[in-house]
Amino acid sequence: MNSASPPLTSLSRVAGRAAAAAPPDTPVKIEADRLNFYYGPKRALDGISIRIRTNLVTAFIGPSGCGKSTFLRTLNRMNDIIPATRVEGTVLLDGKDVYDPHVDVVALRRRVGMVFQKSNPFPKSIFENVAYGLRINGMARTRAELNDRVEESLRQAAIFEEVKDRLNDSALALSGGQQQRLCIARALAIRPEVLLMDEPASALDPIATQRIEELIYDLKKTYTIVIVTHNMQQAARVSDHTAFFWLGRLVEYDRTDRIFTAPAEKLTEDYVTGRCG
Amino acid sequence: MKHRADLAFRVVAMATLVVALVTLGALIIDVMADGAGRLSWQFLTSLASRRPEDAGIYHALAGSIWVIVLTGLFALPLGVASAVYLEEYGTASRLARFIEINISNLAAVPSIIYGLLGLGLFVRTMNMGRSVLAGACTLALLALPVVILSTREALRTVPKSIREASYALGATKWQTIWYQVLPMAFPGILTGLILSLSRAIGETAPLITIGALTYIPFAPDSVWSPFTVLPIQIFNWVSRPQAAFKENAAAGILVLMALLLAMNAAAVFLRDRFQQQGRS
Repeated sequence: MNSASPPLTSLSRVAGRAAAAAPPDTPVKIEADRLNFYYGPKRALDGISIRIRTNLVTAFIGPSGCGKSTFLRTLNRMNDIIPATRVEGTVLLDGKDVYDPHVDVVALRRRVGMVFQKSNPFPKSIFENVAYGLRINGMARTRAELNDRVEESLRQAAIFEEVKDRLNDSALALSGGQQQRLCIARALAIRPEVLLMDEPASALDPIATQRIEELIYDLKKTYTIVIVTHNMQQAARVSDHTAFFWLGRLVEYDRTDRIFTAPAEKLTEDYVTGRCG
Repeated sequence: MKHRADLAFRVVAMATLVVALVTLGALIIDVMADGAGRLSWQFLTSLASRRPEDAGIYHALAGSIWVIVLTGLFALPLGVASAVYLEEYGTASRLARFIEINISNLAAVPSIIYGLLGLGLFVRTMNMGRSVLAGACTLALLALPVVILSTREALRTVPKSIREASYALGATKWQTIWYQVLPMAFPGILTGLILSLSRAIGETAPLITIGALTYIPFAPDSVWSPFTVLPIQIFNWVSRPQAAFKENAAAGILVLMALLLAMNAAAVFLRDRFQQQGRS
């Protein structure tokens, strides 16, 4: 980026202007505007404004409890399931507020898929795990179509070759890394536009982690990916943009290379260099 | 000192267990000694009779099976539906809390009270008469609290991560419950159902209250038939003065116990099967 690039986000600036810092590479997919989130009386997110861009990987980093996972879960309204939570502000997906009372949450989650920190396959066969989303959403009219979509999803998640001979075996017999890729395949099967990943590799060994990272790199051609990670090397490796969260606030959001080499905020620099957090 | 207290507690606990087991064993041996000689194919396939050596248990065994199968058919869907409402939909509401407290209390209500309710509601008001259907409805009410409580327990053991995975794929609440939560909870639900049916199959008081017959010379052939069940037949035989009927009673107890054990074994077998389906 040259010197004419827009000013960087900072705590000292008004939250509404923070999003202006996003590098204008591709169209905006998700835009949060002054988003506050409460668990009961406790405020967990404070004025988050951010623009997440299409077909890029955006990483959320920050110490535990900084709100990055909570924010991720506001994007597909997964927090709705938790009682006594409350949202203020807006989250726009393709310009439409996902918290509008008329929004169909089920349809929203179909467009914004999610992969969780701990792999959570259903206690069913590998095939049924992937087929479930297709079935409940009525996305495959014939058995052949269902088979095709399941295979396609497993291929996209780079796990098909490993499981093609045992699609009817229980998913719980797979290794941790395979289970997580199966969960990714399951999320991809219903062809979402956005894929949210909440520390998808934190419970995996380095080799399984590497496979997930390679997968993320391939998937961004088709999907907009948002990934929460504790691992800063991982954020540096896989993401195009990085957002740094601290105590429920978005401290800085910029191109990943700038966050890691020349952050604008002292706090960001301290965190990415390991001096705090 | 701590060590000794620990040892003393173990000895006391062990002694209690031994007393319970010895009592049970003595009872079983006593019943076997009285009744085993009377157990035969003829006993299982004959109807009631005034002559003890001709009398059999067939009508009561058939009655018990009719009643218990129908009880299960009524109690399972009702109990599971109630538990799903309380656990998944109404957890926070005042109405749900009120119902919850009442269900816990109902589980402790003496069974004869259910008999009186059955008599008033099913036999009289709903005009079912002294039928198998009325008996099954009454026992289903008796079984419901336990089915509801154990189903709720089973629903609670389904991990949150499974629900989240389902919601994240665009499933509705109902789809999540029907396709993911209930199948995972099913082994636990089944165990609760069989336990409550095991209690129901031994019940005498509520069925006598609603008018199950103590002497009946035929087996039920429809839900509208009059009927008797094993415990009532046993009670009938025990109250006869002739010693030969006491033998019949002991043999009847053995049949009832075999039926109970078979049900419990089926519960264990089915539970293991369904659990394996998830894992292997």
